[in-house]
Amino acid sequence: MKTFCSVWLLLSLVELSPAPPASQEPPLACTGAPDPAPPQPETAEDMASTGDLEPTHYPARRAAQVALHYLNTHHGSPFRVFGLQQVHKASAEDVAAGGRKYKLDFSVTDWGSGSATMNKSSEEFFSNTTDVLNIAGPALRCSADVLFPRTERHSAPEVQLHCEALHQINSTAQEEDAFYQKYISPDSAVSARDIPDSFGNVSEEMQPFWRLARVAASFIMLRESSENTEFNMAKVASVTQQESSGEQLMLEFVVLLHDLPSQVTHKHTHRLWTLMDTEAVCVLTVCVCSAGDRSVEAAGVLVSRQRRQGPADRVAAQMPSRHQTPKLTL
Amino acid sequence: MKGSVISVLVVLAVLDRLAGGLEHRSYDYTKYHTMDEIGFKSTTPKKAVWMDCGIHAREWIAPAFCQHFVKEILGSYKTDSNVNMLFKNLDFYITPVLNMDGYIYSWRDKTTRLWRKSRSPGTGNCTCFGTDLNRNFYANWGMVGISRDCCSDIYNGPTALSEPEAKAVTDFLGAHQNEVLCYLTIHSYGQLILIPYGHPNISAPNYEELMEVGLAAAKAIKAVHGTSYKVGTAPDILYANSGTSRDFARLIGIPYSFTFELRDKGNYGFILPEDQIQPACEEAYQGAMSIVNYVHDKNFKSAATTATL
Repeated sequence: MKTFCSVWLLLSLVELSPAPPASQEPPLACTGAPDPAPPQPETAEDMASTGDLEPTHYPARRAAQVALHYLNTHHGSPFRVFGLQQVHKASAEDVAAGGRKYKLDFSVTDWGSGSATMNKSSEEFFSNTTDVLNIAGPALRCSADVLFPRTERHSAPEVQLHCEALHQINSTAQEEDAFYQKYISPDSAVSARDIPDSFGNVSEEMQPFWRLARVAASFIMLRESSENTEFNMAKVASVTQQESSGEQLMLEFVVLLHDLPSQVTHKHTHRLWTLMDTEAVCVLTVCVCSAGDRSVEAAGVLVSRQRRQGPADRVAAQMPSRHQTPKLTL
Repeated sequence: MKGSVISVLVVLAVLDRLAGGLEHRSYDYTKYHTMDEIGFKSTTPKKAVWMDCGIHAREWIAPAFCQHFVKEILGSYKTDSNVNMLFKNLDFYITPVLNMDGYIYSWRDKTTRLWRKSRSPGTGNCTCFGTDLNRNFYANWGMVGISRDCCSDIYNGPTALSEPEAKAVTDFLGAHQNEVLCYLTIHSYGQLILIPYGHPNISAPNYEELMEVGLAAAKAIKAVHGTSYKVGTAPDILYANSGTSRDFARLIGIPYSFTFELRDKGNYGFILPEDQIQPACEEAYQGAMSIVNYVHDKNFKSAATTATL
């Protein structure tokens, strides 16, 4: 049985990242004027506290949100997207190399299980327990270290994450397989706009695409995050299936990412290739073409993601080793 | 807004001021019912509670909540002795859609759904529209959490109170500042109750009390559907800001001033689906009433205690 897996992530560089080597040929040409620099963070925001943090305050929550983006890049799928339920404990300290490291103890729930429009508040009711639940998805207890580097130009936060019982939550392999089989057929040409629509509706058929968009967006939100940002995906502006080559399901998403502190919604375009495979490394290739409303030059950076467990692996039932291969520029 | 309203006063001054905006359009006040004043008529001046919804266009759950609130109190005052007592002692001033231009624009089509600001044309060299109404008030205007880029979603306007909507609220609250006991402003998303002030170095004199009242409201909210709301100042739990209506209300002496950020926490964000409207409104109603009752009981103690004898 083929399972959805996404391992290699090809991200184009946006204007905040170091310039790509001149010899690189971008896989996708996104052209246009570069965006203006983002507004500088307020000094007040920079003076985040160190030591034990109040779990309900924003510094802990923003760091937890970063850990959540990381979790979704590794364990999100068309049928699984995690949301932050609650931060239980948090602390922060400055690190020698420069930067601030947060230690977090928090819970997440799977927004993807059950109906997407189900009353999500039921998950809140059980926030004092760490039981695995079937209502609106199980609550998982996680711990994470999130390091925000202090560099001249923005660099992505570094995350180490461990969630209890991740392997115990219901597998979505069957749905993923059915999803892949449905859309890999040669005459499949999915094309949709505005998910959700203005009234929050997401059709049954579009829900996996909605979640997939957020998984892909998580790579970008993770990379763009700092102590002064708090990203959520506001909506999917469009999803367009590209012609698949061989076994690759190829989709292009345009998403709108909302940043709470600045209240700005950034538009990003990414192309996502998925290669379904039982054994070999699978490929999720995402080209990010823009921040703001205009496109910027694209180039390639490969980031790996561990392959999802196949049916044979599930017997072993342990956390797959999580490693991030060094970034390779194409 | 139709219904059996006890005493509805269309406040012409407010309506007149709320006009303006996109291409200097005015709203025909016989068609657009901008504000409700709800309460039993009285020969003596009454104390009041103010609630505005829809300062930010894309936060659609907020106007829905104001409508729900009005519907609830109008539908229950005859049978619910608590609401009946509130109507006797208080007037409710409720503006369901404060940012009319922005709200209408956000309904125009799918590309405008996430509009936030007013729709006033840019001034000077600015080609973008709109000012963030909730940064435009004369309350530490321009100090923090704003942008001077007129295209930004947190552009605080060329000057404080440049926007007729903010001016209208300011004038009204100024004229009624001895009557208004409680100021509630409804937003989304985040599931938060924010207390003044938005500036990290400024504390409200009744901070402890505001926290207590806010936490009690969050408890009342949670009791309905289990939804968690966090309580605190904006710089603590959300982000620092200035020029907000909540801060202005507190600054001119309205003792109880709160921002509600309704559902959800980012899954749907601004685009909350239909089946969450009712539960979101039900829980927020209990939160708002918790605050209103506290404020009422503090000012009309004798009326409150006789009921328990």
